[in-house]
Amino acid sequence: MRTVLYAVGGLSLVFLVLPFAVVFPLSFSASPYLEFPPAGFSFQWYARYFASAKWMAATLFSTEIALGTTALALAVGIPAAFGLVRRPFPGKGVLMAFFMAPIIVPYIITAIAVYFLFVRLGLVGNPLGLLIAHSLLAVPKVVVIVAAALKGFDRTLERASLSLGAGPWMTFWRVTYPGIRPAVVTAGLFAFLTSFDELILSMFITGPTTVTLPKLMWDAVRLELDPTIAAASSLLIGVVVLILGTMEALRRKAGIRVPVS
Amino acid sequence: MTAAMGARALRQWLPLAPALAFLAVFFVYPLARMLALSMEAPEGPFSYYASILASPVYMTVLGLTFKTALGVTVLCVVLGVPTAYLLASLQGTWRNVLLVAVVLPFLTSILIRTYAWMAILGRNGVVNQLLLRAGLTEAPVRLMHNELGVYVGMVHVLLPFMILPVFSVMSAIDHRLLRAAESLGASPRRALLTVFLPLALPGIASGALLVFLIAIGFYITPALLGGPKQVMISNLIEVQVTELLQWGFGSALAFVLLAATVLLMLLFDRFLGLERLTV
Repeated sequence: MRTVLYAVGGLSLVFLVLPFAVVFPLSFSASPYLEFPPAGFSFQWYARYFASAKWMAATLFSTEIALGTTALALAVGIPAAFGLVRRPFPGKGVLMAFFMAPIIVPYIITAIAVYFLFVRLGLVGNPLGLLIAHSLLAVPKVVVIVAAALKGFDRTLERASLSLGAGPWMTFWRVTYPGIRPAVVTAGLFAFLTSFDELILSMFITGPTTVTLPKLMWDAVRLELDPTIAAASSLLIGVVVLILGTMEALRRKAGIRVPVS
Repeated sequence: MTAAMGARALRQWLPLAPALAFLAVFFVYPLARMLALSMEAPEGPFSYYASILASPVYMTVLGLTFKTALGVTVLCVVLGVPTAYLLASLQGTWRNVLLVAVVLPFLTSILIRTYAWMAILGRNGVVNQLLLRAGLTEAPVRLMHNELGVYVGMVHVLLPFMILPVFSVMSAIDHRLLRAAESLGASPRRALLTVFLPLALPGIASGALLVFLIAIGFYITPALLGGPKQVMISNLIEVQVTELLQWGFGSALAFVLLAATVLLMLLFDRFLGLERLTV
């Protein structure tokens, strides 16, 4: 029984890493088309990715939008997490459900609802529209992550600080913030990744001058399976690995819980 | 209301205000507008909904969406529970290394993973090249743009959502309970089924419900790995809005999907609690 469970588990893990084991070698292929195992080793697809004005512009634009989203989502989400956790009266559950709604509702629904609104507001094809749409999906993650850390924060530390003469602001910056900083960093990374990978909302609200990296990949994947996508994917997976490493370090130090969707 | 009470209420609501206002303007209001749009049919407020119910095409797509979501959920349970069990019974470095195999796909975008599966399953993909070279087939085998492609892609995306909650419940189970059962004469198999499994059940239930919930709203994977017969409701909504410009009808379809999601979410909250949505 145990052997069967271990075997199925092992095979599932192989299944989970299989796409990564294929995309990485493909991205270094010397062949002019998708050939596996790759016929030789070269950086040609990376060279093509970095030489392409289209891919570079999309990468830069996505990075800008993702940084903006991170800032906006943290600015809106962190106070909300405080308000939620430190709320003395009932109704927390309903509020939490409300804050999580944008990541629970299927993205296609939010996408068309936002699209209809943005058409009227003239925000389609506008970077501001993307910033707002991506923040809609990033705020819930920030709230969940920071709220979880705040729940575990020992408030007697704050009372000690206040009783020793520090004002509320000093107490926040010198006592509370250092305590929840790992959660804030994790939340920021999640917000960045949420925006950087977002496709479904972007599909509706990007215009010819506001092409994000996922939108460009989507178009490229549908037209032809150019190995440049393999190079771009490998670089993006590299970004995820870096973020994963940072989060793992924070998790070990501080036990951060992350939202699952 | 006294001034002091007012000040206290203000202090409590002020930090929540920006987020509430943001969600109200850019989430609640657009959804409300969409609901209104879905009822602005020339033939009466519910005529779009009535025509969804009356049309075999839409009912087929709805049925297929639920069937696919159910099939994917069953596969995720069958594969995910043993994986969580394997991870939970390991310790130290091995556990962490193998957890990366779950978390790395979890954090990588669906688009990249779906692209990778296209490169593996496509007509000139990895599997077909290997099959042709080994002489096992003379012409490329159709592995995507069909049901197989959709299932492989969706299970790959959703499996971590199954494994992580089950793993977190399983690693909290006290293994002395199993040893106690065995010392009282239960076979290892019986101890596993009658002691361990019931304790892991809340994790399995929340993982399965979560997988089903996400699966019914899937868009990218069926669009890229499925064929014309694997259209799911999200794909249909997109076509109605962007290609056919049927905003009202598309909105009605979206509300059918939203109703299903909300219903499942209420079930989730009722039986498992929303706080289980973190790992």
